[in-house]
Amino acid sequence: MASDVETQVPAQTDTRLVSGKKIPFKWVAVFIILGLFIPYFVQGYVAFQGTLIMIYAVAILGLNLLTGFNGQFSLGHSAFYAIGAYTAAVLVYHLDWPVYATIPVGGLVCFVAGFLFGLPALRLEGLYLALATFALGVAVPQILKSSHLEELTGGVQGLDVFRPAVPEFLVNNLAMNMDRWWYFIAFFVMLFMFWLAWNLINSRSGRAMMAIRDNPIAAKSMGINTSLYKSLTFGLSAFYTGIAGAMAAIVIEFVAPDSFTFQLSILLFIGLVIGGTGSIWGSIFGGFFILFVPNFAEEISTGLSYAVFGVILILVIYVMPSGFAGLVNILSVRFKKLFGAKTS
Amino acid sequence: MSHLLEVTGLEASYGHTKALHGLDFSLDQGGITTILGANGAGKTTTLRAISGMVARKGEVKLNGTSLMSIGTADITRQGVAHVPEGRGTFVRMSTEDNLKLGAYSRTDKDGILEDMERVFSYFPILKQRRGQQAGTLSGGEAQMLAVGRALMLRPKLLLLDEPSFGLAPLIVQELFEILKRINEAEGVSMLLVEQNAALALDLADQAYLLETGNIVISGTSESILENETVRRSYLGY
Amino acid sequence: MDLFLQQILTGLANGSIYACLALAVVMIYQAIDHFNFAQGEMAMFSTYICWAMIHAGVPYWLAFFLTIGISFLGGVAIERIIFKPLHNAPVLSHIIVFIGLLAIFNSLAGAIWDHNIKTFPSPFPEGSFEGLIGMHEVGMFFVTLLLLLGIFAFFRFTRIGMAMQAAAANPASAELVGIRIGWMLALGWGLAAAIGAVAGMMIAPIVFLDPNMMLGILLYGFAAAIVGGISSPGGAVAGGFLVGVIENLAGTYLPAIGSELKLTVALVLIVAVLLFKPNGLFGKTIVTRV
Repeated sequence: MASDVETQVPAQTDTRLVSGKKIPFKWVAVFIILGLFIPYFVQGYVAFQGTLIMIYAVAILGLNLLTGFNGQFSLGHSAFYAIGAYTAAVLVYHLDWPVYATIPVGGLVCFVAGFLFGLPALRLEGLYLALATFALGVAVPQILKSSHLEELTGGVQGLDVFRPAVPEFLVNNLAMNMDRWWYFIAFFVMLFMFWLAWNLINSRSGRAMMAIRDNPIAAKSMGINTSLYKSLTFGLSAFYTGIAGAMAAIVIEFVAPDSFTFQLSILLFIGLVIGGTGSIWGSIFGGFFILFVPNFAEEISTGLSYAVFGVILILVIYVMPSGFAGLVNILSVRFKKLFGAKTS
Repeated sequence: MSHLLEVTGLEASYGHTKALHGLDFSLDQGGITTILGANGAGKTTTLRAISGMVARKGEVKLNGTSLMSIGTADITRQGVAHVPEGRGTFVRMSTEDNLKLGAYSRTDKDGILEDMERVFSYFPILKQRRGQQAGTLSGGEAQMLAVGRALMLRPKLLLLDEPSFGLAPLIVQELFEILKRINEAEGVSMLLVEQNAALALDLADQAYLLETGNIVISGTSESILENETVRRSYLGY
Repeated sequence: MDLFLQQILTGLANGSIYACLALAVVMIYQAIDHFNFAQGEMAMFSTYICWAMIHAGVPYWLAFFLTIGISFLGGVAIERIIFKPLHNAPVLSHIIVFIGLLAIFNSLAGAIWDHNIKTFPSPFPEGSFEGLIGMHEVGMFFVTLLLLLGIFAFFRFTRIGMAMQAAAANPASAELVGIRIGWMLALGWGLAAAIGAVAGMMIAPIVFLDPNMMLGILLYGFAAAIVGGISSPGGAVAGGFLVGVIENLAGTYLPAIGSELKLTVALVLIVAVLLFKPNGLFGKTIVTRV
């Protein structure tokens, strides 16, 4: 039949198009080995900071899936971070759940919350979604403080979260302590979440997400259910941020409304932009950045850190719009050119 | 030489796509010149390049003064009134406000009022529609408003981009008669872009034929009318 | 009945502030198609400037008008320096810059004038009007009303005001009649900053001065703009008064809300209007860009 001939795929199709990009194993291996040894060479407090960086990285990755890969904006991810954190805290404080179990549950609760918020919000084009999420981010601390929820949330005082002791055999065999133990948990959660994101992005669904980002009308006409994908992505993004929030509540052993103000949304947004929108590993750099720059800026003048952030944000737009990850890409291409020129 | 507009080596591009490949032409003081050509030949782009609305290269001189280093708003202030494709009226403002905005760069209040009356004398219908929102005008009225607004600048040169577009033949005829009267009474030069070649050649005294960004034929309207290619391709007989 | 009347009047007074911010937001939206998330922080910063001048011994009204002037110039400068090069940048770039500005103003105010809550003087007599509403609220209402009327007269009756409208409505045509649209944008920013400054200086005696004072108020400003219709300045102002009244009535008569969930009211208003009446109550159709 003639139609058989027409539909035959040419033999020389680029395999990368079919199977997606391969994980750069060399770099990942180096990263994992480094990550595993760091807590044994640094002070407990530094390991704790490392834990926070990884938690932020997961949250920023969540935001990145939404903005960088699906083209939607959120200025309200502090709300999902808060929901994740409070889910963990409430389960531990009121119901005596094991802390480990609260991490995925925090994520799932956020997935539902994000999906439900995304469902109506996806009718809103980019800017309006930014506005709706802005409102969400600003309103959430007040909701957490509300007297109606006080029995559940502890009101302004917040809730304490108690961590169980580190398993005995690890203390004996691997010189484990509380800081290292939670560092490793955060590390493996982060690796898992990044692996998940990588596979998603390089799958059929990931390409659909990006198609919606690049041209919503064309995506729709190709048969992609844009509404469903957009709200699912919003839910997924909230899931990541919720996991991070739950871990943060446990690691810090405390939740209170004022930890989840609009400033946290700004912080995550900054991490996203600086790390590079649309870059998975850039999210880790974003986490680094939002943890260390405030410390650094506070030394110059107290309360100045957000001014430094603001200036850097605006400069990024002019100097390196693709963020840190983009900068590294450009530099590596230049380096290769230089290197290639010498050998030829 | 009393050329009002002198264009040499004019190139224009949209992004990386070049739309004009070096045009040379000139306009006489007080004359009407038309640019003919098929869709996509670069007629509208030529007008936009003169007004500085697209990226351009080459030289455009009005009365010997270069228009290349200034922006659209300042080119307008030099006396080049551009009636854009699709008329470009301010649809949510009244007819009168539209006319007033046409005289935005002028400060002589009395002169403006005088000119408004003159526009009303050419287009009496606009006087009736004075307080009406421009968006509610009919196609013909909107086109008259667009021309009227351009006249409020007291231009030296009027750039007209397909004034006949989407109008009924009777209205087109009326509009072109008025354009002729304006040209004779005010001495304002016109550069007219038209799909309707017969109509344009009837009004104009000079004509250029544009094909894919190049001028292929030029001459007086009479000579162009005689031209075999033009007759076959653009006049259809 | 007195309580009801009192809440309506207080609502209108607060609403006048929301109306100002909504108008400022709408003006910038009309000019560049973006929400200025930094509008509140700009107003807050202006208010601090006024406070600093009064603190240094400048008489109230002089400081008031000087602040308006400084804010106007600041708004113009922001447009010229930061936003002009971003003319064709994607939405994300604009949001980033707005968030950057928000962070800068918020942080700078804290760094310069510390984070302690400050009192801000009122130019109006103390006491109350008929026991219903404070004299400051009355004064605030009339000052902002005067400002809003002035702005509308400016747009309706002056040559520059009409040119600004033309530039916002149809930039290409505006240039063709000789309007320098770049400067119209800058002027719009300047006016928006000045309007915000008035709102900040008027509300500060009530909410007190601190770097985060405007965040919730801006949220109400956004709610007002959305309720009134983002494409309509008049609608935004009407929306401001409406939202002010709704806020106060909901706080008084809905026990679940009280005074502690007022921001949630704004959130619900914004989301509900965007979903069910995206053009607002008074707005015309929005052409969405996809």
